[in-house]
Amino acid sequence: MMLEVKSVSKSFGGLKALDAIDLSIHNKKIVGLIGPNGAGKTTLFNCITGMNPPTTGRIIFKGSIDLVGKRPDEIARLGMARTFQNIRLFSDMTALENVMVGRHCRSKTGLVGAIIRSKATVIEEMKIVKKGVELLKFVELMDYANELAKNLPYGLQRRLEIARALATEPVLLFLDEPAAGMNPQEIFDLMQLIRMIRDRGITVILIEHHMKVVMGICEMIVVLNYGIKIAEGSADEIKNNPKVIEAYLGKEE
Amino acid sequence: MFLQQLINGLTVGSVYALIAIGYTMVYGILEFINFAHGEIYMLGAYLGIIAIGLLTAMGLGNSSAFLLLAFAFIFAMVFCAFYGVTIERLAYRPLRRAPRLAPLLSALGVSIFLQNFVMVTQGTRNKVFPQLFAQNGFDLGNAKITYIQIMILVTSILLMVGLTLFVNKTKMGKAMRATSQDQKMAYLVGIDVNRVISVTFLIGSALGAAAGVMVALYYGLVNFHIGYTAGLKAFTAAVLGGIGNIPGAMLGGIILGLVESLGAGYLSSEYKDAYAFIILVLLLIFRPQGILGERLKERS
Amino acid sequence: MIKNKILEKSIWALWLGLLALPFMGKKAGILAIAILLVILLLPLLNGLIARFGISVSRLNFLSSSANWLKTNKKMALLILFSFAAILPLFMNRYFVDVAVLCGIYIVLALGLNVIVGLTGLLALGYIAFYAVGAYCYALLWTHYHINFWLALPIGTALAGVFGVLLGSPVLRLRGDYLAIVTLGFGEITRIVLNNWDELTRGPNGILGIARPSIGDFIIKQPIHYYYLILAFVVLTIFITTRLEHSRIGRAWVAIREDEVAAAACGVNVTLMKLLAFATGAAFAGLGGVFFAGKMIFVSPESFTFMESVMVLCMVVLGGMGSIPGVILGAIALIILPEALRQFQFYRLLMFGGAMALMMIIRPQGLIPSQRRKMELEEENG
Ligand SMILES: Nc1ncnc2c1ncn2[C@@H]1O[C@H](COP(=O)(O)OP(=O)(O)OP(=O)(O)O)[C@@H](O)[C@H]1O
Ligand SMILES: [Mg+2]
Repeated sequence: MMLEVKSVSKSFGGLKALDAIDLSIHNKKIVGLIGPNGAGKTTLFNCITGMNPPTTGRIIFKGSIDLVGKRPDEIARLGMARTFQNIRLFSDMTALENVMVGRHCRSKTGLVGAIIRSKATVIEEMKIVKKGVELLKFVELMDYANELAKNLPYGLQRRLEIARALATEPVLLFLDEPAAGMNPQEIFDLMQLIRMIRDRGITVILIEHHMKVVMGICEMIVVLNYGIKIAEGSADEIKNNPKVIEAYLGKEE
Repeated sequence: MFLQQLINGLTVGSVYALIAIGYTMVYGILEFINFAHGEIYMLGAYLGIIAIGLLTAMGLGNSSAFLLLAFAFIFAMVFCAFYGVTIERLAYRPLRRAPRLAPLLSALGVSIFLQNFVMVTQGTRNKVFPQLFAQNGFDLGNAKITYIQIMILVTSILLMVGLTLFVNKTKMGKAMRATSQDQKMAYLVGIDVNRVISVTFLIGSALGAAAGVMVALYYGLVNFHIGYTAGLKAFTAAVLGGIGNIPGAMLGGIILGLVESLGAGYLSSEYKDAYAFIILVLLLIFRPQGILGERLKERS
Repeated sequence: MIKNKILEKSIWALWLGLLALPFMGKKAGILAIAILLVILLLPLLNGLIARFGISVSRLNFLSSSANWLKTNKKMALLILFSFAAILPLFMNRYFVDVAVLCGIYIVLALGLNVIVGLTGLLALGYIAFYAVGAYCYALLWTHYHINFWLALPIGTALAGVFGVLLGSPVLRLRGDYLAIVTLGFGEITRIVLNNWDELTRGPNGILGIARPSIGDFIIKQPIHYYYLILAFVVLTIFITTRLEHSRIGRAWVAIREDEVAAAACGVNVTLMKLLAFATGAAFAGLGGVFFAGKMIFVSPESFTFMESVMVLCMVVLGGMGSIPGVILGAIALIILPEALRQFQFYRLLMFGGAMALMMIIRPQGLIPSQRRKMELEEENG
């Protein structure tokens, strides 16, 4: 078991954005997290990645590590990476540098090392660049390596954000609406990319509103509505689940 | 001793409160610290002196002290209101969509500019505010409250009551509150946000000017760098009350005035100016939402 | 159409003149006319500069020399350095003194650039760290006869520690709050220096600090100080450049760009911010020790809020995050006022105006920072 979310709740003032969510995520799968707007999907990501800790509940990583109370950077180091619904790149850095920042938690040059540029530093820096280049190639952005992130087209920014997340060497990758704003061709490429990421042995959890993406690549789908988990299962099970249909189409009188 | 410090503290505190309102109103709407606001207060103090000088030059110097003072108030408040609006229009509005640092630095530049503008045009030496009222007053036990102090307290209260009525009762006031809650929403429901912002600067600056005139009257002396310290203290008051919150700014000003005056009386008067900063620092670290404020929204 | 524009500009000029009326009297009229002339002529001037800019870029030798600079960075640096090294030989004492001042401010501005320019933390009380360095040497000398060279690392480290102490409680505050709190700390420092008579001798300051010496050779001529500060400047440039292009520098810039995303990438935001504060403060400390050794006198007067603002302006004017920009900013802001000595009175006036104007027309500064482009072909092979 990779990750267990145990009765996690999150309140914002009076609003219960998450209500006793239970969730188990297994190794090397692509998991879809869906639900209407405001269902609490992003909030769940925020709870898991430490950006906005849950009000109550526990989140257990690899069977023993409790993530609640850990800082986002500690969680990243443990092997969880994410992208954001409204892209958050380092806009005035180049594409390559964005990915290189992702290597931060896997490298250790300190102040002194950086100043004297010791042999260890030089080697480490070379490895960082190498890994960055490898990842840029992986997401097919090598042509843009020296381009400032803010100058990339939208679809490529999403891919760059994925590359940056991959740079932290995650075992779990959280993608928040990766296909948003993409055209059909880009979406097709993205689905390819996500499968390739899974084949690298990384578990992918993605929030998506494009049903084609979700139904196309997810081996398991979780449905949230008003902060409550209303269904869980394979694409076919979800498609035919009356609760899910009701949540999306509204109750028919 | 205690009573005396209380009276002095209330007097100074109500002046801080008036300046603090300007910080708080602007912050409420633009989420931006208007560094130049302290200078508006300084300009107000000078304008008060200039106004009375003007009347004297016109041979009206012997009219009743109240008339002179009323003219000084109106003169200073009108001009400072214009200053505030103009500064917003020229130095802040073009930067509304810029990164956060930009308007702050621009405001810093404006503040330096105004200080030195006054220094260049009015000289470096202290200016004396003509003594309009005798320094006497009532005895309260072993403390004394002067007429000037009474006048400052009364004027401040009137201005604050007026402001509260304006914000709560008029259409413009309601538009202001709506804008400070949610600018985008206010725009969508048809509020002219630019006008609201202009009015905010207008009112805040006029109140700052009134504070300036009162301080000039109270201490009798003015120079071009009083805006900096007073501005910082008033800002402290605004934070103390929860920035963006108008009654909070009033309360914060009074509290700060009392702390300073009692601290000077009982602890050490040399460190009088440091009290405000120490309060400010502690406050921002431990309770940034202030006394009346809510926790600041996190940007998402 | 054009008439309307002129009318609008005239109204603005008239309005500004009117606003200045109570303070300037009749001279406000002259001001209004001057403003009108300036805003009418500004577009013309702009056009001229633009045309000049185009014609300049056509000049082959300029673009080729720019290319040469890019490819021969080391060479260019060497030339620049040799220039700086022989410069004082051709200047009189006064100019050398000004150059020394430039050097001090370059160190300060580069230090502040780490905090404001790279990490994006607006610190307004920066000069307090400078004061820590200066008073550190002053006190160490007067009480324990600790010499300049020993005081140098102590003062630098102490300022760094101060940076951490001040930084740790306030770094989670939002941008403008951080600005105010650091400003408050700066003011508290100055007030304490002013009033703690037993230790600092208050406003009278501390006199009789020893000049630095190497063996029997005492550094006392401006030119001696020039070479000393030149060494510090080179050291500062070296260290800040190395840091900027390291793992740590990247984390700083990432924090400036997006704190949340940086944390998600595994950057320990608090730690990195503290490191930035400590580093920036340490350079101020270094500058402070030098300052005390140069002036052989320190008093609270040298550490006012205006000084903090001045250093900040150097960073902003030069280009936040850009090392050459910040150096240029420091030199410009020291030289200009000296050159404008006869306008002494108007110095800060223009300064404030220019600062606001700069934010509006060229917020990225004189030499905007540029991310380093990598030559990637080698890695591919
Ligand atoms: N920081 C916050 N403060 C207050 N309320 C919040 C905050 N973040 C989210 N919410 C509220 O929590 C609820 C769930 O939000 P969330 O962003 O998780 O929805 P979502 O499922 O991601 O929706 P979408 O598909 O629109 O992205 C919403 O009602 C939202 O308004
Ligand atoms: Mg969402």
